[in-house]
Amino acid sequence: MTGTAPLAAPDRVRGPRAGFSGLPLWLFVVAALGALFILLPLAAIVVRVDWTRFPELVTSESSIAALKLSLTTSAAATTLCILAGTPMALVLARSAFPGQQVLRALVLLPLVLPPVVGGIALLYTFGRQGLLGGTLSTLGVDIAFSTTAVVLAQTFVALPFLVLSLEGALRSAGGRYEAVAATLGASPTTVLRRVTIPLVLPGLLSGAVLSFARALGEFGATLTFAGSLQGVTRTLPLEIYLQRETDPDAAVALSLVLVAVAVLVVALAHRSSGSAVR
Amino acid sequence: MSPAAPSPAAGTNGRRQPRHRRGGPILLACAMALTGCGGGADPAGGDGETITVFAAASLRGVFESLAEDYEARNPGSEVVLNFAGSSDLATQIEAGAPADVFASADAPTMERLAEAGLIDGEPGEFARNRLTIAVPPGNPAGVEGFTDLAGVRLVACAPQVPCGAAATRIQEITGVRLSPVSEESSVTEVLGKVISGEADAGLVYVTDALAAAGKVEAVSIPEAAEVPNSYLIGAVAPGAPEGAQAFIDTVTGSTGQTLLKDAGFQPPADRP
Repeated sequence: MTGTAPLAAPDRVRGPRAGFSGLPLWLFVVAALGALFILLPLAAIVVRVDWTRFPELVTSESSIAALKLSLTTSAAATTLCILAGTPMALVLARSAFPGQQVLRALVLLPLVLPPVVGGIALLYTFGRQGLLGGTLSTLGVDIAFSTTAVVLAQTFVALPFLVLSLEGALRSAGGRYEAVAATLGASPTTVLRRVTIPLVLPGLLSGAVLSFARALGEFGATLTFAGSLQGVTRTLPLEIYLQRETDPDAAVALSLVLVAVAVLVVALAHRSSGSAVR
Repeated sequence: MSPAAPSPAAGTNGRRQPRHRRGGPILLACAMALTGCGGGADPAGGDGETITVFAAASLRGVFESLAEDYEARNPGSEVVLNFAGSSDLATQIEAGAPADVFASADAPTMERLAEAGLIDGEPGEFARNRLTIAVPPGNPAGVEGFTDLAGVRLVACAPQVPCGAAATRIQEITGVRLSPVSEESSVTEVLGKVISGEADAGLVYVTDALAAAGKVEAVSIPEAAEVPNSYLIGAVAPGAPEGAQAFIDTVTGSTGQTLLKDAGFQPPADRP
């Protein structure tokens, strides 16, 4: 988990592309079973969808409100991830200081934490009785049960994806061009703006797309920290969870919408990281 | 009934409850229910059986004690308990989960299974529950009754789940329109947000507020008595073991009724 990023460093991992693979046949069988394990449940959703009611189910007032909220909050969370995550990735990849390994491990913690735990942690930070709650309410800021709470929860869980992707891209790009630019007299800010960022832009993009996807799927932290109210805090995953109670068909239809968005996002991420290969 | 179940599958709730110590519970049960031991009012089931009971999350405390009592009176038999939201449990049973007894926190969920032919015979009402207002200790927002809820930061259940449906019925009776800041999908979430102090008030069951005494205070809603929730229990068909009915009889018998009353439940309609 603390090594270089496996998510977006494809430059060095391209092996033989076709022809002789050198792998035993049984490995393909096991790999196929593994792939089936992921694909079969997705196919099961498609099979379960009530197609005659599908348009009506996904365009109901509550579905549209949930989809809109999910897209806007995920976009806001992704922006926050880029703003906060880019400097973090640069510091982790390009500088050396004591405790750096520990810091990296801690930053990546939300990846492995159960989201509910993230929600509880956020509650006791930004909540009314939380660490910052008193300060925030004196400033007239009330985060709990607001859309801001949703964005915070999504940013918390999505940030490591951006840091991980970008750090991997930075490491595989190396520091040669920056060194040359610096010897030619460019200031550190100019080097960052004109050399480093353009160089790792594909990695940044794929990191942003992955963060967006993670934000879109956020459930546990939102439920614990933000609550659930139509149009304000009830994102698509929360809407699916609630619809299950009364209308399983609606839950399945909305699940398919999320699957479709996820497929789109993965395809986008794959393309933008693939274009990093020169 | 984990603090906030993140996953629709109630896998973690399905684990086996620890085996209970024997001996102690007999005395305890005698103390709690006079007829429970000497009188023989509760029939004994078959020995050496394992009975799997799926019960609504609000029944946890009572059913854990009842399972101990049942095991003590039927040496060799074992009661395995699984707690979750009634609707989740019903979905699991429909999908073929190995349940012998199902206890739901509302009538529609039980009817759903009965109509699907998954309940043996006619399910019976064994308790009732009603809503109350839970507020953080000290009642910072000064909530005195249902009418006050319109002006405070209120958390309730969504109308789609039983506790939310009950809240809607009270609104109809009182004519008070509520606008909660959050509509949760389980009463546990509502209680959690009151305990953490995020909400000024929450609509929960009387039994929830009683179980969380010390962490929340309860403000009663007199109108709630007019629209109670029915708790129903039935043996799951087909193939429930002999002990399933014996366990149900324990719940509807004097032992069960005493424990339910102590936890804040109301008696069923046919025996006020």
